[in-house]
Amino acid sequence: MHLVVCIKQVPDSAQIRVHPVTNTIMRQGVPTIINPYDLFALEQALRLRDEFGGKVTVMTMGPPMASDSLRRALGAGADAAVLLTDRFFAGSDTLATSFALSQAIRKIGESEPVDMVFCGKQTIDGDTAQVGPGIATRLGLQQLTYVAKVCEVDRQTRTITVERRAEGGVQVLRTTLPCLITMLEGTAPLRRGSLADMLRAARAEITTWSAKDAGIQDVTNCGLRGSPTVVKRVFAPQARAEKAAQIAVAGRSPDEIAEEVLGLILDRSPGLEDELHRRSAVA
Amino acid sequence: MKKELPERFRNHRHVWVVVELERGEVHPVSWELLGEGRKLADRLGVELAGVVMGPPTEATRRAAGEAFCYGADLVYLAEHPVLAQYRTEAYARALTDICESYKPEILLLGATTLGRDLAGAVATTLLTGLTADCTELAVDQDGSLAATRPTFGGSLLCTIYTLNFRPQMATVRPRVFALPPRVEKPVGRIVLHTVQFAEEDIVTKVLDFVPDALTAKSQLAYADVVVAGGMGLQQQENFQLVKQLAATLGAEYGGSRPLVQKGWIPADRQIGQTGKTIRPRVYIAAGISGAIQHRVGVEGADLIVAINTDPNAPIYDFAHVGIVADAVQILPALTRAFTRRLSFNRLVG
Ligand SMILES: Cc1cc2nc3c(=O)[nH]c(=O)nc-3n(C[C@H](O)[C@H](O)[C@H](O)COP(=O)(O)OP(=O)(O)OC[C@H]3O[C@@H](n4cnc5c(N)ncnc54)[C@H](O)[C@@H]3O)c2cc1C
Ligand SMILES: Cc1cc2nc3c(=O)[nH]c(=O)nc-3n(C[C@H](O)[C@H](O)[C@H](O)COP(=O)(O)OP(=O)(O)OC[C@H]3O[C@@H](n4cnc5c(N)ncnc54)[C@H](O)[C@@H]3O)c2cc1C
Repeated sequence: MHLVVCIKQVPDSAQIRVHPVTNTIMRQGVPTIINPYDLFALEQALRLRDEFGGKVTVMTMGPPMASDSLRRALGAGADAAVLLTDRFFAGSDTLATSFALSQAIRKIGESEPVDMVFCGKQTIDGDTAQVGPGIATRLGLQQLTYVAKVCEVDRQTRTITVERRAEGGVQVLRTTLPCLITMLEGTAPLRRGSLADMLRAARAEITTWSAKDAGIQDVTNCGLRGSPTVVKRVFAPQARAEKAAQIAVAGRSPDEIAEEVLGLILDRSPGLEDELHRRSAVA
Repeated sequence: MKKELPERFRNHRHVWVVVELERGEVHPVSWELLGEGRKLADRLGVELAGVVMGPPTEATRRAAGEAFCYGADLVYLAEHPVLAQYRTEAYARALTDICESYKPEILLLGATTLGRDLAGAVATTLLTGLTADCTELAVDQDGSLAATRPTFGGSLLCTIYTLNFRPQMATVRPRVFALPPRVEKPVGRIVLHTVQFAEEDIVTKVLDFVPDALTAKSQLAYADVVVAGGMGLQQQENFQLVKQLAATLGAEYGGSRPLVQKGWIPADRQIGQTGKTIRPRVYIAAGISGAIQHRVGVEGADLIVAINTDPNAPIYDFAHVGIVADAVQILPALTRAFTRRLSFNRLVG
């Protein structure tokens, strides 16, 4: 079974700061990580490979240094890695990203047909959850998003059964391969690779493809030019004019304070008291 | 001045909202979007349409009727057994066909698991732009949709345009926009769309649907009173104090992200950028610092009451009422005060 996992290298957003004057993101010195959701996707793919045999190929589109992420994935046990990097990809929105990634997956599939593509649920920077559906649509793959569990894969009938998180419940879906899955967080965490994997990863050759290598003839579908969305303005959220009205606390007991807060809440929320009264009468 | 568009997009007009119907129920985000879509349509001087897709049932017809009560001028209706349960392929094909036939200028969907799944597929087929998780929608001088969304965890906002392609698509999270008032109206113009495919054409099958247990499922997004706790509670046992106050008020409870990471509360009770957006009448935040990622999820609350020992905590920048004191003492005092008040009223009432 050939499984392709798309991973994105993202800035560790816990450490991102915004420049107070220019309102730009200060990326310098911010460490990059594999998008945390993609780790669940990678683990799921590795498990299927362990069960059925075959190969896991990890792929990312990004600047040359994104190869760090691929190497980490190899260290966890992935078998091959493809880095898609080209100045033509710069400034891609989700439509252009899914174009480039789907072309590369097609190319990967030429040497070895792809059975499943895995993505994370979404990223922590762009955070759109649009790339997975984009790839599935472009490649005509069955699309399974927000997958909480892969229940069963039947190689004979080439079918897969999954649990998908939906609004208000869980859908149990069955579809045929090839398909694209976006994995939900909270499934199995990524394993630590074996020592052998780590050593192999350190020396591994990472396949690096330009747009042309990935079989892309027309680069107008890539990067800024291939992106229908345009970011026109970036700005800081407006601060609220006045700060919170502070309740006097010095020398007062919690019960006195609570009495005042209760009065304030009920005063400022007309009708709320009746509502609470009604509810407590029912309860 | 209206923007000049490439020839093939010139006859794209009107604002559309996808009405999200699952198992006979409309997700309220659809009505919130019709409320906002109404403003955009009025600004552009065009019509507002709801798109209703579902099985040929009473509930589907009722959803179409309700769309008028929430502001739609017309409804595109696709009824077919193949649309009985959500599946990407069936819904994406139906919605793409309707878009290609009737050419919307703006297409809005809820940023739910259904809406995001569907929007991503349809935008790709139509080769147009899609802005995710918007918090503000506006129409520019030249008639373009200006879609604003938080970036980098809410520390900045950016405004995104889809300048040269149509439709301009966007998703919006539940509770970002207020529910518009429902106005009783007769069923208006319905445009029936014939679904051009059958069950055999759809590869993916729904084997089962397991609804979340009603008791476990949090109703956070739609609660009118929410009590939440943060790391300031210090210990897991103290979270009980949040639950007790919530129970007294008949409110929902939630918390900041670290509490989910520590396993004190389930993930669906996280409030904020990567959790739920809430819009209650009253929000009580105990021991929460008010980080930007938390703030963006609660700013729609009418009244925010914060309890935090640090007078300089960022939460006081956006709370309305502040109590610089120990939450572990104030929470039970509030529970006592409300219990007294409510049982007193019961005696008189
Ligand atoms: C702040 C911000 C806001 C943005 N808003 C929008 C917007 O509203 N609309 C829009 O079209 N674009 C938007 N973009 C651009 C968008 O982030 C990029 O197109 C990006 O390349 C992919 O989108 P994403 O990060 O949202 O990925 P998602 O769609 O959230 O990612 C889902 C999965 O796809 C895979 N994946 C995504 N990117 C890559 C990659 N480069 N290499 C390998 N696998 C990948 C991963 O498995 C990932 O888990 C925004 C970018 C930023 C920084
Ligand atoms: C990509 C990303 C997404 C995120 N998404 C979310 C999200 O959706 N929701 C979210 O909440 N966070 C989110 N976060 C985390 C966020 O940045 C903060 O770290 C988090 O909100 C802090 O939680 P807290 O306020 O409970 O804890 P802290 O920041 O540790 O604050 C504890 C507060 O309690 C006060 N305190 C201490 N003792 C007491 C006492 N006895 N009584 C009263 N007050 C006391 C302290 O003064 C302090 O202000 C996200 C972060 C990232 C990077």
